[in-house]
Order: sequence, then structure tokens, then C-alpha cells
Amino acid sequence: MIELEGLTKRYGEKVAVNNLSFTVRPGIVTGFLGPNGAGKSTTMRMILGLDHPTAGSVRIDGKHYHQLKEPLTYIGALLEAKAWHGGRTAYNHLLCLAQSNGIARSRVREVLETVGLTAVARKKTKGFSMGMGQRLGIAAALLGDPRILMFDEPVNGLDPEGIHWIRTLMKSLAAQGRTVFVSSHLMSEMALTAEHLVVIGQGRLLADTSMADFIARNSRSYVRVRSPQRERMLDVLHQAGIVAVESGDGVLEVDGGKAELVGELAARHGLTLHELSPQQASLEEAFMQLTAESVEYHAHSETSPPPPQQQWGDGWKRG
Amino acid sequence: MATTQVVRSEWTKIRSVASTVWTLSLVVVVTVALGMLISALSKNEFDSMSAQDRAQFDPTFISFAGMSLGQLAMIVFGVLVVSNEYSTGMIRTSLAAVPKRGSFLFSKISVATALALLVGLVTSFAAFFLGQAMLGEHRAEIGDPGVLRAVIGGGLYMALIAMFSMGVAAMLRSPMLSLGILMPFFFLISNILGNVDATKKVGRFLPDQAGSKIMQVVTPIDDDTPYGPWGGLGIMGLWVLAALVGGYVLLKKRDA
Repeated sequence: MIELEGLTKRYGEKVAVNNLSFTVRPGIVTGFLGPNGAGKSTTMRMILGLDHPTAGSVRIDGKHYHQLKEPLTYIGALLEAKAWHGGRTAYNHLLCLAQSNGIARSRVREVLETVGLTAVARKKTKGFSMGMGQRLGIAAALLGDPRILMFDEPVNGLDPEGIHWIRTLMKSLAAQGRTVFVSSHLMSEMALTAEHLVVIGQGRLLADTSMADFIARNSRSYVRVRSPQRERMLDVLHQAGIVAVESGDGVLEVDGGKAELVGELAARHGLTLHELSPQQASLEEAFMQLTAESVEYHAHSETSPPPPQQQWGDGWKRG
Repeated sequence: MATTQVVRSEWTKIRSVASTVWTLSLVVVVTVALGMLISALSKNEFDSMSAQDRAQFDPTFISFAGMSLGQLAMIVFGVLVVSNEYSTGMIRTSLAAVPKRGSFLFSKISVATALALLVGLVTSFAAFFLGQAMLGEHRAEIGDPGVLRAVIGGGLYMALIAMFSMGVAAMLRSPMLSLGILMPFFFLISNILGNVDATKKVGRFLPDQAGSKIMQVVTPIDDDTPYGPWGGLGIMGLWVLAALVGGYVLLKKRDA
């Protein structure tokens, strides 16, 4: 279990992490979601005691990180960037970590096997591809067989096979009762692995919710209706107590998943339909909508599509 | 977390990178080879020396002449041991594994110092015996008064240079910045400050000027240095202590 309490990190005037409080529980994969620069990596570094919080605290199973006797056996972490000496072999990199935490030498071979790096264990890591580097980082995280695992953007640089492998790995680690905390800037990635979601934007907590709840609350489902007899269609819907919104080009949008009902109503009144299609706003859109609300200069209207990530990202960075 | 575990881990780190081998090999080769060369040249010059120069002829110190260059390789060793952690990003992994930063830093420094001392002693003894062989009839014997102290002192001097470099690198983090300051300082600036009359009084309290006194057996005739061989090494020790405390305080305070 990881508990954050009022965690804050300020760099001069800039607030990178703003009063974050949440708990990461065992047995499930918790996704840590936010746009690039939202403060995910800073938060993770503070969890590991690498960065000192300006205020607030983090507890790992009730203890501060520096109070953990052999920390790698409590919590294993894959950090965002390459964090090893390229002149050292993969085996020696893991060996020096194992020795510092009293972990048996045999465990080094085990984790190399687990991540599929046995064949290159005696090679210097500077020749590693990005995907091999991620695997080495994951091997280091697994080394102490810890109850808590933390992965910062683990799918970065992995090939499709690697991505599938890491998703399965994270789920199986959670199924073993471990705490798994994974950051990503991609909602679609989280939707596939995480059961619980913590969303941050500009260092602030935006959501701390189960994935199912998040989907239900944030993704809007509606039915697109197109008919040559638009005015009559509107009347019929109105009489049936169904709210429809005109969205231009003669398209009507009916909130909620009521496609069958709309179809039956149209048939009963002899109305022609050119389109009747249930629509679901994607999770990615829901995520962008959620984080976009934390953006100061963001203008939003019904008809305009959500602005591309780059634009609003720049907006709040300047702010 | 047991200190022995961290020490063992730091030993694995140090022995598993190529820079350890090439820097320390350079220390031995450069110091000994240059010492032999200068010893051979001094032997040939001896006959043309003035009586005063002959009186203060110090065969032991001459055989250590290569240290001025060899210590630069020792500085590179010390700097790389610490700053590699930062330049490679390893520091984040290291501090996640060993969150007690004092334990991390001083285990690393202990292991590197032990190795530097061993290499320093080997270098010092080799430089002495091979240098004396070059000096022929003008040579000193290991049993002569003060000679053994000077030879062991040469090894201690090398270890202290490595420690000082590690402290500075822990403060500065960047290998280029650390080397860019330490190399010209020890190779040029300190020598100039220690030999120019105007700055001599201050210059001789610099770490290498004070520390190298331990390798002197024959005191120059008009020498007014206010400290002896061990006093000089002590002054160097204080510099090392300051660098290490500075490195520790900054490591403790900073974000990794």
C-alpha cells in the first residue's frame, strides 16, 4: 500500500505537484494518468525518496521510504529514463542492486530469465535497444520480489509483443495480491490494464475512482439520428419525453443508449430514418475532457472537437 | 540495511566498469615510467650540479617525480567513481536501493579509497625501487632514515588525492566540470601558487603542496615550510575532510 498525504513539490514559483492525497491499494492495478508534465514522474520520485517533498508525506506500508530496511524487497520501481551505467553488463547491474539489499545472487538470474534478457546478460547495457532497456528496468523492479511495484510509462519503447507481455505481467502481479501502480499519459493503455484510476493534471488530483465508474461518469453515450422528416421526428421524440439535441447537418443526438426505442418510435409513426447509430465517446476523449478542465486558457464548445494534446499542453505550461 | 551489503554492492559497481581498470593502470604506468625517466636524467646531471644542489639531492623524492602526472589519472579515477552515477542516471537506481545517502556515499568512497590506497602503495614502491635503480650510485636505500615513511606516504598521498576528487565530484556531480576544475588546478595552478614567491606562503597550504611534503626525505637548505611531513599530510587530510563533508551535505539536501 502506498499512501500520499498532502504531497506537494514546488520548484521556485512553479508548483509541480499540488497537495496530492490518495492511496494505492493492493490486489489491483492502479493507473496513474495525466498528460505529459502533469507531475506523475515527480510524484513517483517522491514516493521513492529521491526528491524531497516541499510539504506532505508518502508512506509505504506505513513507513517512510528511508525507514525501509531493504527497500527493494518492499517496493520495486521502473523509472522513466534510463537509470544505469551503460558500461556495466546487465548481470552486474542487477548484481550490485541485489547485493545492496541482501538479495541472493540466484535471484538475478531468475529475473533476467523472467524479462527475457538471459541471452544478453553478459553484454554491456549501452548496446541495448530501448525495449531491452525497459526490460532491464523491469528486472530491477522485480529483483527483491516486492509487494509493491511501480512502473513509470512501462510500455514506452516496447514492441507490440513487449507491450502485451508487460500488460499481462502487471495483471498477474496484481492477481498475486501485490500493489501495482502504473503511470501513463495514454488513457487507452490504462483502460486495458488498470482497475482503478488516479488522474492528475497540473499536479492536482482530478479523479480517484474505479475504472468502471470513470467510464460510466465520463464517457457520454448517445444515439445519432438522421431523418428527412427532421421536424416530425423531433416532435415524436419530444412527445415520448426523450430529449434530442440538433447538432447540425440535420443530425439529432439522443443522450443515453436508446437506439431501439428511437427506432420503434420512428416505425410506429412511419418516419424514414437515414441513420440510427449508437455512439460512445472514447475514453481518450473523456480523459482529455477531464484534464482539459484544469487548463486555464482552454475554450470549449459543443461542436468543436477536443483540441489536440499539444495545444492545451502548451497552454498550461505557459500558465 | 547492513553497511557490509552496501560495501559489497559498491565493490561490484567499481570492478564492473572499464574506467576503473584504465585509470588505475595509467596511475601506475605514468608515475613509474616518468619517475624512472627523471631519475635517469638526474643521475646524468649529478656531476654537473653545484655543491649546494648536491647537498640537497633527494633521490627518494626524485623517484616520485612521476606523481605530478600520475596523480591526474588518480583524479580521473576518483571523479568518475562518483560522477558516473550522475552522468548515467544510475544515481536514481542507487538511491532507491540505498536510501540512506550517507551509507551510499561513504561505502562508495571507502571502497574506492581502499583500492586507490592499494594501487597508490604499489605505485609508490615500484616508483621508488625502479627510480633508485636508475639513479645508480646516487640512490637511497629503503632502510635509510625517513625513506620508508616517504614511500608509504606516497601511497597515502595518492589515496588522499582520490578521496579529495570524490568529494569534489560529489559536490559538482558533472564529470566534465569536476575534471575541468581539478586537472588544471593540480597540474598547473597549485604548482604556480606554491612556487611563485608572492603566493608561496598561501600556496603551500594547498592540498597537494602540503601533502607531497611526506615524500620528501632531504629538506631543502633554505626551507622555511611551517609543517613537517606528517603535518603536511594532515593539512591535506583537512582538505579531504572538507570536500567529503561538502559532498555529503549536498547529496543529503539535493533531489536525485
